[in-house]
Amino acid sequence: MAMEITQFLSAAQSADARIRTEAEGSLRQFQEQNLPQFLLSLSFELASDDKPSESRRLAGILLKNSLDAKDSATKDHLVKQWFAIEVALKSQIKEQLLRTLGSSTLEARHTSAQVIAKVASIEIPQKQWPELVGSLLNNMTQQGSPAHLKQSTLETLGYVCEEISHHDLVQDEVNSVLTAVVQGMNQSENTAEVRLAATKALLNALDFSQTNFENEMERTYIMKMVCETACSKEAEIRQAAFECLVSIASTYYEVLEQYMQTLFELTSNAVKGDEESVALQAIEFWSSICDEEIDRQEYDSPDSGDSSPPHSCFIEKALPHLVQMLLETLQKQQEDQDHDDDVWNISMAGGTCLGLVARTVGDGVVPLVMPFVERNISSPEWRSREAATYAFGSILEGPTIDKLAPMVGAGLEFLLTATKDGNNHVRDTTAWTLSRIFEFLHSPESGFSVISPENLPRIVGVLLESIKDVPNVAEKVCGAIYNLAQGYEDSGASSSILSPYLTEIITHLLAAAERTDGAESKLRGAAYETLNEVVRCSNLSEASSIIAHLLPAIMKKLAETMDLPIISTDDREKQAELQASLCGVLQVIIQKLSGSDDTRPIIMQNADDIMRLFLRVFGCHSSSVHEEAMLAIGALAYTTGAEFVKYMPELFRYLQMGLQNFEEYQVCSITVGVIGDICRALDEQILPFCDQIMGLLIQNLQSDALHRSVKPPIFSCFGDIALAIDAHFERYVAPAIQIMQGAAQVCAQMDTLDEELMDYANQLRRSIFEAYSGILQGFKDTKAELMVPYAQHLLQFVEVVSKDSLRDESVTKAAVAAMGDLADVVGENPKQLFRNFTFCGEFLNECLQSEDEDLKVTARWTQGMIARLMISS
Amino acid sequence: MAPHEIRRPFKRRPISDQQKRRELSLLRQSQHRSDAQQRARNLASSVISLQSSSPDVDPEILFEAVPELDEGTESESSSFDVRQASRLRGPEARKWFARQLMLPEWMIDVPDNLSRDWYVLARPAGKRCFVVSSDGTTVSRVRNGSILHHFPSALPGGARKKGASGPANSYSILDCIFHESDQTYYVIDMVCWRGYSLYECTAEFRFFWLQSKLAETGACDPPSFYHKFRFSAVPFFNCDQSGLHSAYTGSLPYVKDGLLFYNKHAHYHTGNTPLVLIWKDESCSQYVIDTDNNGEVPDQQHIVLELQEEGKLVTSDDPPVPFSCLNADFVKQSGLLSGSLIRFAIGDGGLNCVDGRFEKADLQYIGVSNRARAFADSYSKIMFQYMARHSPLKVEDLASTISHENQQDKTPEVEMSD
Repeated sequence: MAMEITQFLSAAQSADARIRTEAEGSLRQFQEQNLPQFLLSLSFELASDDKPSESRRLAGILLKNSLDAKDSATKDHLVKQWFAIEVALKSQIKEQLLRTLGSSTLEARHTSAQVIAKVASIEIPQKQWPELVGSLLNNMTQQGSPAHLKQSTLETLGYVCEEISHHDLVQDEVNSVLTAVVQGMNQSENTAEVRLAATKALLNALDFSQTNFENEMERTYIMKMVCETACSKEAEIRQAAFECLVSIASTYYEVLEQYMQTLFELTSNAVKGDEESVALQAIEFWSSICDEEIDRQEYDSPDSGDSSPPHSCFIEKALPHLVQMLLETLQKQQEDQDHDDDVWNISMAGGTCLGLVARTVGDGVVPLVMPFVERNISSPEWRSREAATYAFGSILEGPTIDKLAPMVGAGLEFLLTATKDGNNHVRDTTAWTLSRIFEFLHSPESGFSVISPENLPRIVGVLLESIKDVPNVAEKVCGAIYNLAQGYEDSGASSSILSPYLTEIITHLLAAAERTDGAESKLRGAAYETLNEVVRCSNLSEASSIIAHLLPAIMKKLAETMDLPIISTDDREKQAELQASLCGVLQVIIQKLSGSDDTRPIIMQNADDIMRLFLRVFGCHSSSVHEEAMLAIGALAYTTGAEFVKYMPELFRYLQMGLQNFEEYQVCSITVGVIGDICRALDEQILPFCDQIMGLLIQNLQSDALHRSVKPPIFSCFGDIALAIDAHFERYVAPAIQIMQGAAQVCAQMDTLDEELMDYANQLRRSIFEAYSGILQGFKDTKAELMVPYAQHLLQFVEVVSKDSLRDESVTKAAVAAMGDLADVVGENPKQLFRNFTFCGEFLNECLQSEDEDLKVTARWTQGMIARLMISS
Repeated sequence: MAPHEIRRPFKRRPISDQQKRRELSLLRQSQHRSDAQQRARNLASSVISLQSSSPDVDPEILFEAVPELDEGTESESSSFDVRQASRLRGPEARKWFARQLMLPEWMIDVPDNLSRDWYVLARPAGKRCFVVSSDGTTVSRVRNGSILHHFPSALPGGARKKGASGPANSYSILDCIFHESDQTYYVIDMVCWRGYSLYECTAEFRFFWLQSKLAETGACDPPSFYHKFRFSAVPFFNCDQSGLHSAYTGSLPYVKDGLLFYNKHAHYHTGNTPLVLIWKDESCSQYVIDTDNNGEVPDQQHIVLELQEEGKLVTSDDPPVPFSCLNADFVKQSGLLSGSLIRFAIGDGGLNCVDGRFEKADLQYIGVSNRARAFADSYSKIMFQYMARHSPLKVEDLASTISHENQQDKTPEVEMSD
């Protein structure tokens, strides 16, 4: 029976810390001693209208936390706990939850709706709560159901739909849910609260409605209800209805044709006259249509034949009106929108949508936008000038260079002058537009650039002047310099036209990064990122001495960060952020200077000092390993080669820390990659560290708590280690291959309909093959016989993969290579195996016919290796 | 129900520079991984295994020139790095390189399974040579080992050029024919590529490798400052009806000089091998019947044999085929030394064969052979020339063998050598 726990729940929220702690202790004790009773008591607490609202609130929170957690390992644990509870007791809890939906207290109803959805997410896929949908629907259809019960029932239906997959319900249930929801939207029958809950529920139920949307009658009915709801007199309901339309735009694009006229009028009215929250959704509807059409256009390559999804050209058909509608939004700017990252208003949404329209239709947008630009760009009113500039900048991606070049050529000087406009917004948008011009119309390598040797001095001069402007403008100028430099990335080996300006550009970027007035903006980050691009894209032979001078300057800055006063965690974060930027620059410099024999010695001479700095950066942050420093260390290991061994004693513990950082899995992943770099640098000198590294790597693979994306790099890393230490890998081979075989097994069982999962399966398979290749080649000539027992499994794995039509080219390549390695290394033994595995020939033939040159070459090599094996006697 | 997020990136680049750095690092790592694995695949075979099984190799020269070589080597094959060989100068180099080419036998009967196991290709007319690119230069040497050209090329390691592809120590060896009229090296086989030895690979593999690798270096591009001669891979065909027809009659950018047949499974074997065959007739070669020094076809067939101890006259085959014997007195009188190459004419008595095997010949002494020659004639060449003058093996014979094979796929050919 449920226990009386009100007093503990109330006390746990007391202002008095002593009382609070004591009560929390009691609750925890209860939970640990008898979880089922504890949960039952909480559900009674939540259900009782005579209990105080604070204790009911906490009861709801504790219930939710007993059913769901962000962390997947904890979540799994909670689910297991729930399954372990006796069925009869769980029924009681669920009964209380459903009862709460009829409570007179809004908050309790709301909490209960959420908790029901959490239980549903656990039980419905297991078919353990088949009566849930029925009893919810009953609330809706029963004569005289009070409005507040309907409202919370609809809310529950929405949450449940959000939590489960539509495969978990049978079509009859889907139909009933949808009917109930759509009826709840009916204006004449329901209160505003019910209609709002119904509309929000529909948003989540839309994903369930594939079958209903295929049926024209049902579809038209749903669309009619949504469109009517979009004209409700309550703004919040209108907004929810438009959210449904946005979702429909991307989920049911194919069937929208017949409703487009209505939808255009509806959205157009909303954009022109409705409240901003509604107007934003209406614009988003068109942005979503653009997304869909752009996707379809990109997908629609001539090779893919008839399989491409239909393209209804909605944007093209609506183009003149749509562009007109969007242009009208542009002059509704907010005064301070450039300073606040959280702002999202109608002019921003309109301009963004215009950019998407340009990408969707290309040249067609230009004549519709240019008259607006010309009419407003010289207006005395800043809103008009900014709107014109923004419109111009928005259409630079999509139309052809032929179409854009004359206008941009004619407008460039105007824009350069406008960087001196009296209005901050206009200057901000002007700088952004310049950066877009350099992004899309400055590609000397492919033969076109708006920048010539004649106007380059003027452009650089303007940019370096404007980078001193207020922080938000300076940040956009950094973007312009970034794209300017990028254009010259591959511009011939002998000389870069940008080289004479490098010193000045770098000086100005460093000055921008130093500014203190940019603290709240992203100026410093932008300045360093731009510096990176400038270094990366420079002509090494002309820039080597400039970069060589930059190196000590950045090292000095990094050293200075160690002395920053650290009082708060905020200070610590700022220090880490600055160190990240500077380590990033060092990484880029190391890689750049390592690119040539002439400049590599500069890094070699400084390697000790650079490494010491990185170790100090690690030392600043006891709790985690600094990601950017780790990335840079990888680059340094590659450059120094075998000499890197001297850093290992000190570095090693940070590598271990990195490998154990499950929380920031990116750090873990990068550390795995860096270990690969170090293996290649050190070869067998990595050996003394291998026991510990392999131990951690295997542990990581076995852990459920580590983000799965780190696992493929770990398998690849096995290959790196094996290749470095050759025969010494013997002691790891059994556990390593056991896990590889297990992972191969897992891949075979993955849901092939889940694209993201298939992507992951491909990465996993590729990395397992890479591990096999590394181990095989490492054992060549010394321990090849160790791999004999695994030959059969490897070939089976290749066979499974070869028969999978969803594998990508990189997997194929790795599979073929591993097969060749087996034939190359293991010698006589697998000969019979290769005979038995008849798929080999077919698979090789398929690879030999590939378009991919690399794959063909690998396949030929493998063919040679197998042929050599077969004809040897 | 989470609020529907509609905020989109505004005036921002979609990718952060940090993400770019991560991605570039990943890219670099995966390239290095693939390089390292590629290196592992090739390293173990980067030293050429040199089969010096023919007894007349001059071991002194070879061993003197290669100090690193273990003097105690007693096995028949010795390892020899081509980079060391490329340091050989003068006669040593000539001697060494002269032994590196795989030499076809002449086709005197049609091999088994022609359509299944053999490739056919039209041999370009010109000088057969060995092209070695290493240490920033390219050297071509003709059959007797002397240098034809010394030039920069786009082959791996073939020119002193900054940013040239591949590591500095990479080298390549190609088996070519230099075709004068278009100044092109037609590549018929690939022996080493980027330090990776193909000696132990099948012809099937070498040919595929050749077709794919050569073009990617730019070696097939027109000549330029760093690339003095154009290279071109000779097209090859499966030796079925259509392949034979293409090689025999197809139009090619070069003048043909017979057809070459390669057994698909054969490794690159230095010296004479029956797994590569040459065949010619009037319509695919200007030089079916040997000419004399004046370029005229002599009335009688001339052959060159090597004089051995006790006056034995043998072919260049391995093992050598004894052809005849010179009278010891005659040897003494004429001052001929053992090892000399001597030219004979075949008299009216001709060559006598029993069961397809040579038994005796009517030889007429002409004199010591021209000094440019490095080898005696091979048995198959003598027989082919003899047949060409009396009862040639015709292209129709090849074609009918192939069609016969197709009809009775598994019946072995009747006319095998044994």
